Amino acid sequence: MDDLISIRDLKREDVELILNTADEMEIALRSGKINTEMRGRVLANLFFEPSTRTRFSFETAMLKLGGSVIGFDDPKITSIEKGETLSDTIKTVEKYCDLIVIRHPKEGAPRLAASVSSKPVINAGDGSNQHPTQALLDLYAIKKLKGKIKNLNIALLGDLRHARVMKSLIYCLAMFDANLILISPMGLEIEKEMVQEVKEKFNNEIFQTNDIYAGLRMADVLYVCRLQKERFSDPYEAKKLENAYKVTPDLLKQAKDDLIILHSLPRLGELDRRIDDTKHAKYFDQIQFGVPVRMAIIHQMMR
Amino acid sequence: MRMEEDKLLVRKIKNGSVIDHIKAGNGLKVLDILKITPDNTAVVMLNVQSKRFGKKDIVKIENKELNNFEINKIAILAPNATLNIIKDWKVVDKKKIMMPKIVEGILKCPNSNCITNYEPVKTRFCVEERGLRCWYCERIFRVNEVI
Repeated sequence: MDDLISIRDLKREDVELILNTADEMEIALRSGKINTEMRGRVLANLFFEPSTRTRFSFETAMLKLGGSVIGFDDPKITSIEKGETLSDTIKTVEKYCDLIVIRHPKEGAPRLAASVSSKPVINAGDGSNQHPTQALLDLYAIKKLKGKIKNLNIALLGDLRHARVMKSLIYCLAMFDANLILISPMGLEIEKEMVQEVKEKFNNEIFQTNDIYAGLRMADVLYVCRLQKERFSDPYEAKKLENAYKVTPDLLKQAKDDLIILHSLPRLGELDRRIDDTKHAKYFDQIQFGVPVRMAIIHQMMR
Repeated sequence: MRMEEDKLLVRKIKNGSVIDHIKAGNGLKVLDILKITPDNTAVVMLNVQSKRFGKKDIVKIENKELNNFEINKIAILAPNATLNIIKDWKVVDKKKIMMPKIVEGILKCPNSNCITNYEPVKTRFCVEERGLRCWYCERIFRVNEVI
């Protein structure tokens, strides 16, 4: 694997390799074993958009592998503010590092970065397009928490039109034979082309609904994402949809007893805080898988 | 009888290119792509009867040989067209225009949030069954959305 830009570029065996390596990394982390395989290597974290979990977990992953991290989370302090192009920024940064992690508001920016960089590039999220490392860690989390992925009924709820993680996740889950239930308010549905592509490529049945009750009843896993306000060209449109969906304790009375709820966080109002203490809430457990999965990705890319 | 009438409608050209078998309705779009200069005389025939397609469009351009860039662009609009090169009133070369697998540097990505609309970079589209996929932002577009 030269770069990790889109889940669409990965074959099932690539994903399996990352998940298996993440397993090994998690066991090693738990045992307290010191890993120094990245000693002397530098990862550049280029965050053109805000991030908490993705940036910190990449940084932690590299440090746990014995490497170092450089980078920025505010492009205003770099020459980009003076009008430098992304291509020139990448051609400069690659001279200082061995691996580049990039998050950018423009779709396709990581692909462009990879095309001009001689060092491997990892996409940490580009606009509404892709967030492949989040999808890989979510896949790993489901496997760990439910013991399997195949034949699970996995409901994806929320702003499926704009959430980049959903674009990556739907592909990943279909690749591993999950039954997909897509629940979104009117106007926030995932693009038809994407659903069609996944159906044809993986021969999966995909159930789509605007009715949260209908979708939730059958689910083994409920994956929720927030309204992606920053992706709307008209803020008024986003405002109108602010309370369009919410998971509440009342709603969960309809759910299977062993349902687990995941969320890539941050959350706005779509997850009632009263469900944090229920057995269903697994979104804070989900976070812990970020480090071993990203260690596995770095390991595979730097081999 | 009808074909004879069509032939009479437009005279032969001495030198230039004839793009035949264009899907009916796309002839004017093909002409638009070719950016005709004052040195070229061009004519578009619309809804000509065709044994293969029922109806087709034809574009004739005098004193112009198409380059690969123009041929690739036409291929997106008229994937089954035929290009005839005319020299001294005779067809000296005839080629079928094939839809390329990759279309580079010709089209603009209609996604306003695609990086190619902000950086000096050659656009690239992969031709798929459902349409043209931008290699950068991964969105898929129908031909009429990108031309």
